[in-house]
Amino acid sequence: MKRILAIALFAALAWTQAKAADISGAGATFPYPIYAKWAAAYKTQTGIGLNYQSIGSGGGIKQIKAKTVTFGASDKPLKASELDEAGLTQFPAIVGGTVLVVNLAGIKPGELVLDGDTTAKIFLGEITQWDDPKIKALNPNVNLPNKAIAVVHRSDGSGTTFLFATFLAQNNSTWSSQVGADTALQWPVGIGAKGNEGVANMAKQTDGAIGYVEYAYAKQNNMTYTKLVNKAGKTVEPSLDSFSAAAAGADWANAPGFNLVLTNQTAPDAWPIVGASFIIVYKHPVDPPALLTALKFFDWAFKSGGDLAKGLDYVPLPANVVQVIEKSWADNIKGGGGGTLWQ
Amino acid sequence: MANVTLNAAIPAATSTKGRKQQLQDLLFRRSTEFFALCVLLLLGGVIVSLIIGAWPALTTFGFGFVVSEVWNPVTDKFGAWAPIYGTIVTSIIAMILGVPVSFGIAMFITELCPAVLKRPLGIAIELLAGIPSIIYGIWGLFVLAPVLQQTVQPFLIDTIGQAPLIGGLFAGPPYGIGTFTAGIILAIMVLPFITSITRDVFETVPPMLKESAYGLGSTTWEVMWKVVLPYTRVGVIGAVMLGLGRALGETMAVTFVIGNAHRVAQSILAPGTTISATIANEFTEAVGDLYTSSLIALGLILFIITFFILAAAKIMLMRLDRQGKK
Repeated sequence: MKRILAIALFAALAWTQAKAADISGAGATFPYPIYAKWAAAYKTQTGIGLNYQSIGSGGGIKQIKAKTVTFGASDKPLKASELDEAGLTQFPAIVGGTVLVVNLAGIKPGELVLDGDTTAKIFLGEITQWDDPKIKALNPNVNLPNKAIAVVHRSDGSGTTFLFATFLAQNNSTWSSQVGADTALQWPVGIGAKGNEGVANMAKQTDGAIGYVEYAYAKQNNMTYTKLVNKAGKTVEPSLDSFSAAAAGADWANAPGFNLVLTNQTAPDAWPIVGASFIIVYKHPVDPPALLTALKFFDWAFKSGGDLAKGLDYVPLPANVVQVIEKSWADNIKGGGGGTLWQ
Repeated sequence: MANVTLNAAIPAATSTKGRKQQLQDLLFRRSTEFFALCVLLLLGGVIVSLIIGAWPALTTFGFGFVVSEVWNPVTDKFGAWAPIYGTIVTSIIAMILGVPVSFGIAMFITELCPAVLKRPLGIAIELLAGIPSIIYGIWGLFVLAPVLQQTVQPFLIDTIGQAPLIGGLFAGPPYGIGTFTAGIILAIMVLPFITSITRDVFETVPPMLKESAYGLGSTTWEVMWKVVLPYTRVGVIGAVMLGLGRALGETMAVTFVIGNAHRVAQSILAPGTTISATIANEFTEAVGDLYTSSLIALGLILFIITFFILAAAKIMLMRLDRQGKK
């Protein structure tokens, strides 16, 4: 009996040892679909897995500050002062778009058109019915029902919320003064759901709902997304092209700490709600080999994961930006003993 | 029964067997004392750590924390009124819906039920209690909420919602989820607890009492209401308090279906939040000391509410007992 217990204990320990090589990360639900795809491809190539918990950007920031994970993921970039105070550094990993989804019988994906000001009024609770004249003005040929609008937003700390709220604040002064833009807000109206997955689910099953999700979730669940009127005044549809048009205007090299938000870009074909998702790591990591494994994974993703990203309508970072990022790794991240971790 | 004092001097045993037995007895006594002490220490530790954790929020906001409805993570202003209101309202709805149904089930099982159904019904009630609360949450979100949104809620809004005074309670767009749905789920969850205790307590009524009432010509309803319930009121109140305690603290089932809106709405069909749902949703990502401290302060407030409910139950029982003895 004792021998069986000893063997079982040894086997359990050995098994956990073999799993110790997995990279651990937590944070944003926004990039989770592409991180999961990259992780699966990386594992078949190298055997190293990624354990990513999509708990929201707020959770990602909290966990990396608590040092429970190797990297934190957040769609809201941290300010330079916050990074310096905690000894962290950040870099963008992928660019994606957030779309509005609605649940109205008879409306097809891409049929409804909204703009920033009208959307802000809906989320402020100033517009409460679908056949309101302001929505009708943007959609003269759509048969809008006399139904109450059920607003769905995030209940957890979310970088997607930060992107969406930044877009609303840039287009509506009441939103900017009353609510503001952050990962968690005091929403004037609506029901809260957890994660991009929760909002997608809730919007799908509530009649007359409107919510905001990352584009991959809308596409994967066949949801009814809307078109938006961008800053240039053009009505654009969410797609890899419109996201890339917005990302093309980003000047990453001159942004300290890569702190850039890509909403409301002026390019004619740009999708208005685009943002990068950031990875946050320590400059002096507690476990340098684990961080090095994670950096190698992202290096692989930058160089070979572009097609997988495009397949999910995320915009991969261009090669010159990757160079700037890897230079920032070499400059900022120190391994054990004080030397640079990334060569 | 002989009066044995615990600390009486025990004469030293002389034989080895006697000494071994004494040692075992001593170990047994000390270890059980230690376990009992652990429970007290644990309770004290929880109260102390809650107060320490909540201290920054309590000193920053003062008493206004309990009555303020604001919950703004951007400007770091927090108030507990919306979660407290939601906790109380969902528990009241759960009690209004759950207690009569539980009494009905218990009465049916003890008085009216054919003998062959008693066992299966009893087992079914126990099984309801065994379902994990998160399953209730998932069932509520995917099955109950759409049904409510499409049938029950529009009906309520169109009928009672149009009435002059209480219409405000049933107004608003039919979301499917909300305070009312959470109350229904909680009612289903507290049902097994109240039912099984009430049924056990009903069965302690002496048959002679009931037979006498029947003999005098009472109907079943009169026997239940005027003989059985007054006899068992202590146990029944205990059962209701147990159900209420469960409803106040229930987390996962409520988080799924309450809608997570930090607002006090007049309509019970509107989304709201409870203390446990707020903590469950926001604790992992509360960035900043004041935010985390406000969540811990919410936990402290729930602890105090539960304590007051239990104390009130105890006082009520003591008073009933005294009345009964007169």
